Amino acid sequence: MTLTLNNINLSVDGEVYLSNVTASFKAGIFNTLLGPTLSGKTSLLRILAGLDAPDEGTVKFNNGDITNIPAKKRNIAFVYQQFINYPSFSVFDNIASPLKVAGVSKSEINGRVEKISSLLKIDTMLSRKPSELSGGQQQRVALARALVRNADIILLDEPLGNLDYKLREELRLELPKLFKETNSIVVYATTEPEEALMLGGNIALLSEGKVIQSGPTMDVYRRPQNIQSALTFSDPPINICAARSLEIANAHSIGIRPHHVKLKRRNTADIELNAHVTLSEITGSETFVHSLALDQQWTTAIHGVHHFNAGDEISLYLNPANFIPFDASGNTLAILESEGV
Amino acid sequence: MKNIRLTLVFYIAFLMIPLYWLFNMSLKTNTEILSGFSLWPTNPTLDNYITIFSDAGWYMGYVNSTIYVGLNTIISLAVALPAAYAFSRYRFMGDKHLFFWLLSNRMAPPAVFVLPFFQLYSSIGLFDTHIAVALAHCLFNVPLAVWILEGFMSGIPKEIDETAQIDGYSFGAFFLRIFMPLIKSGIGVAAFFCFMFSWVELLIARTLTSVDAKPIAAVMTRTVSASGLDWGVLAAAGVLTIIPGAIVIWFVRNHIAKGFALGRV
Repeated sequence: MTLTLNNINLSVDGEVYLSNVTASFKAGIFNTLLGPTLSGKTSLLRILAGLDAPDEGTVKFNNGDITNIPAKKRNIAFVYQQFINYPSFSVFDNIASPLKVAGVSKSEINGRVEKISSLLKIDTMLSRKPSELSGGQQQRVALARALVRNADIILLDEPLGNLDYKLREELRLELPKLFKETNSIVVYATTEPEEALMLGGNIALLSEGKVIQSGPTMDVYRRPQNIQSALTFSDPPINICAARSLEIANAHSIGIRPHHVKLKRRNTADIELNAHVTLSEITGSETFVHSLALDQQWTTAIHGVHHFNAGDEISLYLNPANFIPFDASGNTLAILESEGV
Repeated sequence: MKNIRLTLVFYIAFLMIPLYWLFNMSLKTNTEILSGFSLWPTNPTLDNYITIFSDAGWYMGYVNSTIYVGLNTIISLAVALPAAYAFSRYRFMGDKHLFFWLLSNRMAPPAVFVLPFFQLYSSIGLFDTHIAVALAHCLFNVPLAVWILEGFMSGIPKEIDETAQIDGYSFGAFFLRIFMPLIKSGIGVAAFFCFMFSWVELLIARTLTSVDAKPIAAVMTRTVSASGLDWGVLAAAGVLTIIPGAIVIWFVRNHIAKGFALGRV
């Protein structure tokens, strides 16, 4: 099964939401849409769902044009960032609702709801109302409703965005397993590069309503086509430095991912920069150190909890093998393969 | 704390005085009412109530009022529910102006509309019918019900509508089975306001009726007989008029504050 978007354009009140978007999503693999807020992810998902119509362009499912087919005739499922369930229905009725509407027999409904609810660990709360559940459980109900109907297309719009850190980690690991068993085309929108890397599969990077790069997630991460792609697919943001400052010829600027900026020499080829700390952030298992060197800000991501004070003198070590060189117009030049990303 | 409680007791007592006095009068004979001051009836009697329940001129007033109030509440809600849904979910040209204009209808005194309604309904044969009063009251109740319901509906995420659409529900099934249960308190409050306005409104109801659909409020203003005012019966009718409103308030008591804020709490 394939879902294809051809030259999709969408403007609302004169503001361009999507511009010439062409993308293709396949079944059996996780398709991720990665982009910052207002990059057009939700607009794209809504067009795929049939909730909105594009101004121009076509949506094709297995080569059949479905651009003008309404959502209820598309056999899709949609999971929102907010926990959307029917508040007056029990958890069981919520999960069973698409099956009931489709006229599936009672015994089959019971069997399928039972199976999917135990898979999502909500089988003990089937008689409760959604409001009696925690946020994570409510989102599991929404996911169960999406999975139970064997939809052709499952669209997930930042489904983990409103969950707390711990629940997000837990569901992030479970999701690829859950969707692996379906035959559906799964499209997952997220703002977090880390999440996209964990989910794997294929990715389309969105920026200001345009698809700026697409392909297998690891390939796109390793070989960003331009500065925009590198910036979109890096958290914390990639360090961009003038090539001249690092004495690199044949390139205009260099991109270095924060976790490739080391505080200890690892290699004889490493370039050493003297820097002083401006800020350090401890984010759970990592520490981000912001420092000033070569008259610009550098961000370093190091594993573990480390303490730095503003003004501390440190040395940054950059391995040229990890450099992503860009030309004057921001396009990536040939990349030297690094040991790991 | 004690002072607050004492103040409250006095305040409630102050509010209850007219109600108590009405009830007190309804249990007295006319002679006792006119004979002088007494805090409670010396010879309590239910004669006044018996008069009302046995005289068609009286009890039909209640029946008529109940019919047109019920009709009005049903029509108002049936019209306001889809209108409020449209205002809460869709953007269309002039929607905001129309929404405000709806409420501004309530700013005109009912007397303004009495003449056109009377002339119109007389000419099309609706004069002295229950539906005439029910429709006339819609002019005031529909806008109010739309305002209240729109507030409640806007509190329901639009994504629920879309999820139902994706799940395959027809619009009717979604509206009746999923959406209406979510705004049931709003529907209750809107029904309450429609009921209250229609129940207490006198001018339009009296002008548009003469015999067959005469409301209780009109009957009460026509109790002057050759022997003067029938105080006791009038008081008993007053007590009976309060009861339906009290019952309705009991049912919506938990949602009334949100209703007064037009659902925007």
